[in-house]
Amino acid sequence: MTPWKAKQKVKMVLSLAVLTLFGLLAFIPLYWMVITAIKPASLTLRFPPELFPKNPTLANFQELFQRPLILRWTFNSGVVAVSVTFLQLLLCTMAGYSLAKKRFPLSQLLFFVYIASMMIPKQVTLVPLYILVSKFGMINTYWGLILPSVAAPFGVFLMRQFLVTVPTEIIEAAKIDGASEWRTFYKIIVPISLPAMAVLGIFTFVAEWNDFLWPLIVTNTQQMKTLQAGLALLQEEVPMQYAFLMSGATYAAVPMIIIFFAFSKYFLKGVTVGAIK
Amino acid sequence: MYLSLFDYNVFSQRFIGFENFATLFSDWLFLKALGNTFLYTFGVVPLWLGKALIVTVLLHPFRNSIKTFYKALFYLPHVTSSVIVSMIWLWVYNPNYGLLNYFVKSVGLAPAIWLGNKFLAMPALIFMQFIMGGGSTIVLLSAAMASIPDYYFEAARLEGASSWKVFTKVTIPLLKPTILYALIMGTIANFQTFSNVYIMTRGGPEFSTISIGYLVYTTAFREYNLGLASAMSMVMFGILALLGFLQFKWLGSNVEY
Repeated sequence: MTPWKAKQKVKMVLSLAVLTLFGLLAFIPLYWMVITAIKPASLTLRFPPELFPKNPTLANFQELFQRPLILRWTFNSGVVAVSVTFLQLLLCTMAGYSLAKKRFPLSQLLFFVYIASMMIPKQVTLVPLYILVSKFGMINTYWGLILPSVAAPFGVFLMRQFLVTVPTEIIEAAKIDGASEWRTFYKIIVPISLPAMAVLGIFTFVAEWNDFLWPLIVTNTQQMKTLQAGLALLQEEVPMQYAFLMSGATYAAVPMIIIFFAFSKYFLKGVTVGAIK
Repeated sequence: MYLSLFDYNVFSQRFIGFENFATLFSDWLFLKALGNTFLYTFGVVPLWLGKALIVTVLLHPFRNSIKTFYKALFYLPHVTSSVIVSMIWLWVYNPNYGLLNYFVKSVGLAPAIWLGNKFLAMPALIFMQFIMGGGSTIVLLSAAMASIPDYYFEAARLEGASSWKVFTKVTIPLLKPTILYALIMGTIANFQTFSNVYIMTRGGPEFSTISIGYLVYTTAFREYNLGLASAMSMVMFGILALLGFLQFKWLGSNVEY
């Protein structure tokens, strides 16, 4: 081995060490969540803590499911996340298609407004949105949880950027063959857009499942809470029962982690939308 | 349709806001929250960026499979909700049985009441965000770096530039647009921080961690002062717009390829 190669090798090993250190730091808390969740509750309040559980147990999860509201919250989160994802996919694809391929008055301006509204922080519109939703009588309803998240500038932007690259000839060919507007949309645009829709759908689903602030303010009964808002409620109720709380956290986190590993390709791709040309 | 409502909201906020601005800027709690939010944002965002740059540069020479593995590892905390992350860290920071004090003790230092001390609580929140966050910036920067042709780096190295020289004179300038984007997005996201304050500290102790995001929430939905809360979020928006503009001015100039 030449000295240059040896030096290169040392560099690689050092790089890996630093990367692993940073990575582990972010990973350990998640590991700790799962470990605490499968420990007997009595062992959590002991010092020094047990880093590798000797007697894993599912007792905390049993305790968790003894609360009837857990399933209700899961159901609520599921309904909201699925509905928002479905509606966003439909509307964002339609809007993105129009912005990419249709010429209509002010379309350029409209697209600019979309991009501008992407930059508006969520919290700035929080109070007015709340007032609006309460004027429609949607406080503490599924509509109130779902509708405000449906129109997403990010989704429209993503779909538009994708559909701009699709050759217009395909759409024109469909028109010449006598396809109606609607038929063109679901026979041509939707199949072509599937890769972009996958990115948008996965992102939306995870974001909705994990959303906290909006469900917190728009629901006012325990029955209508989503899983995240429910967890916050449990945290207030039994702040010191760490094993129990961590089992709840694990329960809410694991579906998203599974989705992430199943679709990590789409996640890593989706992050770069809008940033890199 | 939604869009028109959207514009109308922003507009009507400003309209309500006028009456409340005077109250706002003489309110010490609001100013405190503003200061804290700045502290938090300017603590977290540079740390994220630094971490992301280091990771990206170190990761760049490796095989794709290794790259994907580490990118996934760093992105993993992003699919875990802020509520869950906050709950975990509340447990990690527990003064008696928490994981952090265990590590602190095992290296022979004195354990601390991380979140119960008004001088430590804010650094503790920043530290947590530093450890868990930055994953999307890493993914972004890696993608940007992958799009830079290798011969740029090779040419620099052939001319005898040191690794540090390559980093500061080639990598950073080429990544500038992406860095700018990450900076703006990171600022917007962290300026709104809410869940960790809500779950972990409730703004305490002695309001040392109260953030604008949390204050807007308590003002609007605990005290039902929607007008004042709107004025607060308007100020927040103004500051973010200004910050975005400054970052753009500062970094957006002489973006070169």
